[in-house]
Amino acid sequence: MSGYWAGILSILAINVIFAYGIFLPVATGQLNLGGAGFQALGAYTAAYLSAMFDLPVPVTVGVGMVVAGVVGFLIAFPILRTRGVYLVLATFAFAEVVAGTILNSETLGGAMGMSVPAFIDWDVPVIVAACVTLFVFYLMSTRFGLTMRATHDDEVVTDLMGVNIRMVQVSAFAIGGALAGLAGGLYAHSFSFVEIQSFNALVSIYVLLYVLLGGTQTAWGPLAGAAFFTLLPELLRTVLPQVKSFLAALVGIEGPVGPPDDSWRFVILGALTIAMMVLRPEGLITRTMLERLRFRRPSPSKEQVA
Amino acid sequence: MSAPLLSLRAVSKNFGGLAVISDVSFDVPQGSRTALIGPNGAGKTTLFNLISGVFAPSEGEIRLDGQAIDGLPSRSRIGLGIARSFQNIRLMPHLSVVENVMLGQQARAGSLAGMLTPLSLFGRSRWRREAEDLLDRMGLSTYPGEVVATLPYGIRKKIEVVRALVAKPKILLLDEPAAGLNDTETANLRDFLMTISQTGVTLLVVEHDMSLVRSLCDHAVVLNFGRKIYDGSTRSVQDDPAVLEAYLGTRQAGKARTQEADHVA
Repeated sequence: MSGYWAGILSILAINVIFAYGIFLPVATGQLNLGGAGFQALGAYTAAYLSAMFDLPVPVTVGVGMVVAGVVGFLIAFPILRTRGVYLVLATFAFAEVVAGTILNSETLGGAMGMSVPAFIDWDVPVIVAACVTLFVFYLMSTRFGLTMRATHDDEVVTDLMGVNIRMVQVSAFAIGGALAGLAGGLYAHSFSFVEIQSFNALVSIYVLLYVLLGGTQTAWGPLAGAAFFTLLPELLRTVLPQVKSFLAALVGIEGPVGPPDDSWRFVILGALTIAMMVLRPEGLITRTMLERLRFRRPSPSKEQVA
Repeated sequence: MSAPLLSLRAVSKNFGGLAVISDVSFDVPQGSRTALIGPNGAGKTTLFNLISGVFAPSEGEIRLDGQAIDGLPSRSRIGLGIARSFQNIRLMPHLSVVENVMLGQQARAGSLAGMLTPLSLFGRSRWRREAEDLLDRMGLSTYPGEVVATLPYGIRKKIEVVRALVAKPKILLLDEPAAGLNDTETANLRDFLMTISQTGVTLLVVEHDMSLVRSLCDHAVVLNFGRKIYDGSTRSVQDDPAVLEAYLGTRQAGKARTQEADHVA
């Protein structure tokens, strides 16, 4: 496998795990715009443990995940007291606090970043991403998953049904934080280097986009969203010049032509994002869609009976 | 009359300076089908919110089976045996029918182990089977997998009752169960509620449809402007002067209005 595709697979797997980390609070009705903060906690914990103590990768990544999860649990109590746009701003501010702290820490390399000695190939993140996906599918099939989705729809009624909605919200937020930390740890070892600039606000926004555009109602959504946003720019990188020269050839122009060049793929990505918001406001994959797929199969036999 | 299951003692509720419920006391007898009626704005839904714990009463006491419940958090009340439906259907729109019903099992199934057991990952769990069986018995077997938002109004109303019922409550609070239903659907609903009542569940029903109240309920409490104006049999409720006045105005005013209407006609 070429280094290019190995890199793509690693980043896809990491993005899937990261997206699930944000999906859990979002499925409970809590928009988390602090994804990069949790990812940075996991990444820097893993990097520090690897660089300073030369610990094996499972330990560094595992500890990074626990640190992010515990921090998520602790900040969930004050942060989940806020609502709507204030919650979004509070989670965003949390990520900025993490970034600022790391930037000013000499132990963690400050603005210089840190090299991570232990390297992992693409297979490790892919296997972990598969396990995380199975875990989230399991979680969403339990009564805990049911109460998460119910809390998202109507907090007052969910409470009256006997659900401790605060416990559900805090757990979802903390488990989500741990998964984002796990994604960060894998990132650190996959790319052998961490710097705080790679955990900026844009990262938090992108991962929230994966989740919202993929669909927040089922565990398929983040998978679809992360895959779409990770693979499409790469696909456009090869497809776009071909389409361009094909169109140019149609009108009789040979040789190099002006824009749109390679960088225009992000313009196209942006346009597609808006189109998805208009056409599928509840996300690419919704429950109604899955139900239809499920009911389509037995229906021919029913018609035969009738 | 048997011992009261639910009793309210001098309950008041103020929102700021507005007294929505003033000094209301009444008993809901065990096994009864009690109607809570009154004109719009009389405080019926507020009373439901006090009993189910959405609000705390400003004064007074609410007892279930002799135990004071008004200090307890709202989420613990369904476990004690108080389940309710809502005036404007409040099912979870993104959940399927059976998932909505399974939510009603929370008080019985919400232990840590219960929370972490899959409901339908490998085959159907016993909770899912129980929910589907109950839907089946209530004549809703066609819908379990469907997302609630797509279903007709009358069906959603019934599902909400099933969701409350699956909690195995002692008392079921129903807020206008027949609102928006046609005559056939209302007759259906009455039979449905009678079946529930025969299983020993006490009913407290807010309802405007007086023919449903007369044919379903054996006991009525009437509120007007947050005060209780009648407490007794459903048979004599419409002859009670205070109730007539609350609904129609005084006899004199009523006559004058009729004459005026005749004159216009």
